[in-house]
Amino acid sequence: VHVPAPSLAQLWPHLPDVWREICTARGIYGFEETTLSPRAPIQARADWRDADGLPTASVETLTRAVLDDTGMSAAICHCLYPVQKLFDPHMAAAFATATNDYLAGDVLNRDARLRGSVLISPYHVPSAVDEVRRRAEDPRFVEVVMLASAELPYGNPFYDPIWAAAVAAGMPVAIHAGSSGRHPQTATGWASYQLEEEADQPLAIQGQLASMVTHGVFDRFPDLTIVLLGSGVTWLPAFAWRFAKFWRGARIEAPWMTESPIDIIRRHVRMTTQPFDGPGPGIPTADVLSHLEAPQMLLYASDYPRWNFDAGDPFPPGLDAAWRHRLAVDNPRATYGRLQ
Amino acid sequence: MSLDTDTLATDAGARSGGPPQALKVIDADVHPSVKTVADLKPWMSAEHWEMLYTFGGGARTPFGYPKAVPYAHRVDARPADGSVAGSDFELLRDQYLDPLNIEYAMLNPLRSSGQGVVHPDLAVSMCRATNEWLVAHWTSRDRRLKASVVVPFEQPEAAAAEVRHWGSHPDFAQVLVLTRAREPLGSRRYWPIYAEAVRQGLPVAVHVFGMPGHPSVPGGWPSYYMEEMTSHAAASQAMVTSFIVEGVFEAFPTLKIISLEGGFAWAPALAWRLDRLFERFRKEVPHLRMRPSEYMRRNVYLSTQPMEEPPDARHLRDVVNWAGPDRLLFSSDYPHWDFDDPARAIRTAFGRDAQAKILSGNARGVYRL
Repeated sequence: VHVPAPSLAQLWPHLPDVWREICTARGIYGFEETTLSPRAPIQARADWRDADGLPTASVETLTRAVLDDTGMSAAICHCLYPVQKLFDPHMAAAFATATNDYLAGDVLNRDARLRGSVLISPYHVPSAVDEVRRRAEDPRFVEVVMLASAELPYGNPFYDPIWAAAVAAGMPVAIHAGSSGRHPQTATGWASYQLEEEADQPLAIQGQLASMVTHGVFDRFPDLTIVLLGSGVTWLPAFAWRFAKFWRGARIEAPWMTESPIDIIRRHVRMTTQPFDGPGPGIPTADVLSHLEAPQMLLYASDYPRWNFDAGDPFPPGLDAAWRHRLAVDNPRATYGRLQ
Repeated sequence: MSLDTDTLATDAGARSGGPPQALKVIDADVHPSVKTVADLKPWMSAEHWEMLYTFGGGARTPFGYPKAVPYAHRVDARPADGSVAGSDFELLRDQYLDPLNIEYAMLNPLRSSGQGVVHPDLAVSMCRATNEWLVAHWTSRDRRLKASVVVPFEQPEAAAAEVRHWGSHPDFAQVLVLTRAREPLGSRRYWPIYAEAVRQGLPVAVHVFGMPGHPSVPGGWPSYYMEEMTSHAAASQAMVTSFIVEGVFEAFPTLKIISLEGGFAWAPALAWRLDRLFERFRKEVPHLRMRPSEYMRRNVYLSTQPMEEPPDARHLRDVVNWAGPDRLLFSSDYPHWDFDDPARAIRTAFGRDAQAKILSGNARGVYRL
């Protein structure tokens, strides 16, 4: 569940004096997401927008949509303030802390059913570790959240302290579609259209999974779980099959990989089901899901307020009651140790 | 069409007994190689040859990834004199063309071909020399060998001129570009190449690799070869997405592109994702008049090697069905290490009708043969 990025005025009470002074002196009026306008149709369903056309910041609308109307008992929120795009790692860390304070104080406090995600500045590892530790004291924070593209791939040992902190806190790490803007979003350069940029998101995530698995992150942190948010589901099997094939052929370069990437991914990776992407006409969802061969990987999500589905059922089409229970109850409970 | 439900049990028999039937094979991806770049010298001006000899071709990526085996070649495909695999016609004929029942093979040179050379004039000169070499060393010696027009695609006007130059030559069956261009290949700057390909009646094959200077993964440079090899599928998806979203197939409705070595199991999920997004972004792309999946079905062909290998083989049959068995072209990647034997890779598990289509039937409708 998305909480809209706060304005600078909303963050102001949570910023230390030094950063308030810097904002004033340097003319910083807040950082807005620049890649996709909030007015783009996909950013919010029409009934989840305010009169000015922007995605609503109303917590009442949020809780009604994702909890009351669906019968769900808890919602995990994240607020993707674009700290991962900032170039100054200290500034990013300060805004991440302020955003988490805002999320706890101005959103989670409003409804006992809401849970939060810890936003971090991954380029300032010590501050990210501190942030995870600090939020771990608040039982409502249940995961860490990062973007799909960063400066260095996530398998690089640079990030190890972050994974260690997440594991110590009992939190999975969520990777949400989105880029830090450091590199083109495809191996062949920058895309021209927003549609393309959205379409390319799973490609970035594929690169991160390949990186983490190949570098042995899950050997070093056997209790680490990665949750892929808002990135589609149906692309995963084809990616894992190709990855496993080249692991078999080229595993001499990564001898610590003693089992197939398919098995590692099934054990350590979870995916949310909105958007799902497909299946096409006449293809049963169950057939597509069978390719994962891992029903434990799927977690129910609404992706509120994004316009992935029209009013009605937020589950992928054609799932029976057993699947729904698995997605919305069993799997989240198994994934989120801190979810009470 | 749909695959029949031919059993995997039949398939097991095929594996143990060798080729089940003498099916003709059209191979979309074979890699001939110069022994050394000096093989191109006869067709280069003295000025360009000296330039290449003195300064090198330049490269945006300093080292590439060490392969899993030398040059990523089959060990048994190296000529007796120790030169690189794919550089000896007789060996290619005796080891590959004759025993595998090859009707036609598309030659896609990758080493020292001029593509990826940074110097603009040198790239043009080397691509021309490569095309001359393809005729002199290969296609003129065996009618089963068909050449690709190797084009300096980062200079689209020069590339279009190269397509025009060879367009009426009967030995050339397609145009060759590489997936990882400096911009996604659907970008308008590359359209002169596609306009000329359509004019000449040639499909455009897009082979993985290319060194444009961008990280091969959107989140930064990977560390390992297996990551890079895995990432080719992502680059191929970005490439197909770019062709569709930029409207290349609206501008050139008869253009056919062939994705080589990037896999195919991702195609159904990509089509579903693009169709969903199209509904939300229609006003951003008013130049598109059909759903993305419709362009994919009309204009995009995929090749089989390296074939994704799910633990449960039935899942491969599913994705072939969903992608459409009429969109798939057999490719062997000879003489590379992960070569696919047509008799073993395209098995009866696909259904006999689809097997024949993938091995040659589809290709007959794609290439100018």
